[in-house]
Amino acid sequence: MRAQRRKFVLASALATFAAATGALAVAKPRVVKVVAKRFVFTPATIKLAKGEPVVFELTTQDVFMGMNIPDFGVRSDIVPGKTMKLALTPDKAGTFIFLCDVFCGDGHEGMSGTLVVT
Amino acid sequence: MTIDRRTFLQLAALGGGAVFASSLAGAATGGAAGGDDDFYFVQLSDTHWGFDGPKINPDARGTLPKAIDAVNALPRQPDFVVFTGDLTHTTDNPIERRKRMAEFREIVSRLKVKDVRFMPGEHDASLDHGKAFGEFFGDTHYVFTHKGVTFIALDNVSDPAARIGDEQLAWFAGELSRLPKDARIVVLTHRPLFDLAPQWDWATRDGAQAIDLLMPYRNVTVFYGHIHQENHRMTGHIAHHSAKSLIFPLPAPMSQPKREPVPWDPQAPYRGLGFREVDAEDRGERFELKEHGLGA
Repeated sequence: MRAQRRKFVLASALATFAAATGALAVAKPRVVKVVAKRFVFTPATIKLAKGEPVVFELTTQDVFMGMNIPDFGVRSDIVPGKTMKLALTPDKAGTFIFLCDVFCGDGHEGMSGTLVVT
Repeated sequence: MTIDRRTFLQLAALGGGAVFASSLAGAATGGAAGGDDDFYFVQLSDTHWGFDGPKINPDARGTLPKAIDAVNALPRQPDFVVFTGDLTHTTDNPIERRKRMAEFREIVSRLKVKDVRFMPGEHDASLDHGKAFGEFFGDTHYVFTHKGVTFIALDNVSDPAARIGDEQLAWFAGELSRLPKDARIVVLTHRPLFDLAPQWDWATRDGAQAIDLLMPYRNVTVFYGHIHQENHRMTGHIAHHSAKSLIFPLPAPMSQPKREPVPWDPQAPYRGLGFREVDAEDRGERFELKEHGLGA
């Protein structure tokens, strides 16, 4: 009886742990690394799933920049020497522009990329 | 809100230019024309002196002088001329930046009109926070009055992140607070104050704050550049008019995937380039815009 009770407690604890870690696994966003360098983003095309949470980890190889995704109303500075994080859970499918919104020189106007959300 | 073409664009052939009237909301449109306080000014924009791209503009060094000659040839000279930014094309080299500004200033000095107002664009000011511009052309934001109209130049480019900034917004609020609500106000700026196409960086990050400050004033018109084409929009009762460039045109907002210059057409050189007359009638309560092309 005592052994059975121990088994039940252990099983309950494992179930709770599994549920917790499972929940964490669901909530943990996918990390997408994006590197900025005058006047390109790498990658320039990023594929996402609608409803999938992602975190962009943004770095720059040279000057201060920005990543702006106007259609989703989110942006972040990209500061030299730091890894910046920008969270997004796309709530609509389609093709969307992301761009550098901090003027960085002759070529800035062409510094953009494409989000493809399916 | 896009202005209804029938309402806002009363196009007419007039000396090679196109004319339309911009009546300010709440303003009388009947007053006597030709009064003592009637005047006009010329807006030139986005000259990008120093730009080099033969497929885009093979006459990059000739286009600005051509525009200056065209202004000088106007039958009646304007009261003043304003350049709404991107006087020079950007460069990383501070010596070259100043060389371009010196050359630009020399060419512009050939204008018959000596009252010339300058504003920076991001190409002039964003890489050094307006330092070189200040050395050559003075303040990046300022206010002046002309025949009863208050002109306020706002700088939304010295911050490379396209912000006017809290300090300048406070100055702007202070200047506005001195004016009655029916004051005739013209705002000059480089970038659009509203979100014209943020996907193409055609916006000002805190521009909505400037518009909010203007909303209590009944007679406000904004003239800007940056987008290298005419565009006419309303935010509430405030009219916003962008100007053509004097180096290359850009496509209509979001009309194609990339914001790339419209290539030069040898069959129609200078197409899409030009400048604007702004006639202030009825003591600045009504503006008539006349667009001048540089083409044949």
